[in-house]
Amino acid sequence: MTPMNARTWDEFMEGIWRQNPIFVMTLGMCPTLAVTVSAINALSMGLSTALVLIASCALISMMRNIVPKEVRIAVYIVIIATFVTVVDYAIQAISLSLYDALGAFIQLIVVNCIILGRAEAHAAKNPPLTAMINAAGMGIGFTIGLLSLGVVREILGSGTLFGLSLFGSDFQPWVVMVLPPGGFFVLGSWLLFFALLERRKQRKLAEAANV
Amino acid sequence: MSSEPISPQTTPATGMIRTLGLISTLCGLIIVAAYQGSFNAVQDNKRIALERAVFKVIPEATSIVEFLAPPSGPVVKAASAESPQQAGWVRFYAGYDNAGALRGIAAEGVAKGYADNVRILFSYDPARHEIPRFSVVSMRETPGIGDKILKDKAFIANFPLDAKLSADLKTLANAIRTVKNGSKANPWEIDAISGATITSRAVGKAINDAAQTLLPRIGESLDSIKEKP
Repeated sequence: MTPMNARTWDEFMEGIWRQNPIFVMTLGMCPTLAVTVSAINALSMGLSTALVLIASCALISMMRNIVPKEVRIAVYIVIIATFVTVVDYAIQAISLSLYDALGAFIQLIVVNCIILGRAEAHAAKNPPLTAMINAAGMGIGFTIGLLSLGVVREILGSGTLFGLSLFGSDFQPWVVMVLPPGGFFVLGSWLLFFALLERRKQRKLAEAANV
Repeated sequence: MSSEPISPQTTPATGMIRTLGLISTLCGLIIVAAYQGSFNAVQDNKRIALERAVFKVIPEATSIVEFLAPPSGPVVKAASAESPQQAGWVRFYAGYDNAGALRGIAAEGVAKGYADNVRILFSYDPARHEIPRFSVVSMRETPGIGDKILKDKAFIANFPLDAKLSADLKTLANAIRTVKNGSKANPWEIDAISGATITSRAVGKAINDAAQTLLPRIGESLDSIKEKP
């Protein structure tokens, strides 16, 4: 892989694994817990956030040399709010039932710290293509995180996956999984799983260093 | 060595205002373009969702006409789904069959449930003076508890509800109300679902509030809407 491709791949993978917004940075917890009661809602929210992230970072990066630092936050918020509005209209045009299911959480994408954080930390300091690639990685990482929760909560709490029944009509759903406490349980379980993986990796590195 | 402090470089106010103006204009154009581009699709979706909801509560209907009922006087046909509604006017939907005969009237009702407002659509049969069906337009009730109103057979068996008007035709003869599970004694009462009383009460209140306002107004104009206009 050439150095340029390796750097591009690093930019892309940063948000998916090393700096995953949900499991590593623990950002955007409000939609993560509230919207992941079903896999389709989780996927829709993840893709909506990813689209807003990519479009906002692209425009902010293009404007980075003309935006005075004193008003940069106001400018970022206006740009992010614009693309959230566009996504809001798009979801209404695609499916009203999905729009009702996601509810106020679409508009709350404006205050999702992932987007403002990437704008300030990355898009404002890098050219548009790099910013978009990094934003795409972050968006996909966020979507994967939401799906991890949504799939588990829907299977256990409703007995379905993407609306398709898995266990038949005799299945007794674990209703708490589609309630707020269930969101915390599932998120905590995933964080525990990744912490155990990290500890095992560190132990192996330590053993290799001691050899 | 100079002892004067180095003042930080600040952008002049005109530069900031110019940049903010430029970005606001650009963002405004993007929003307007998105609104215009999605307008027709959103209107179509709303119309389809409404038609589906009305056909669910008036299954014998094959077409729908939208009306507005003023506080007094005859009902008028609504110009369009998005026509602005004057204060105090109530929107309702008349379902007609293939022969153009009125098969039922549908109207929305809303009441506070456990988590948030429960919006329902209910139908009224003017020939029998009863409310045969209802469906939920939107609700955020607890899954497995409040959402039982959608599927619980005993709850659905509460319908049809008696909705006769009083002798002076100004109110319902008997207010529709939700009663404790197992204590329904009259055809205008709704037996609550045990363990989901609040949501059950919301359905009763939503139907009663809407019916008390709308049904007396429709009484006068029933002859004019019996045939599809």
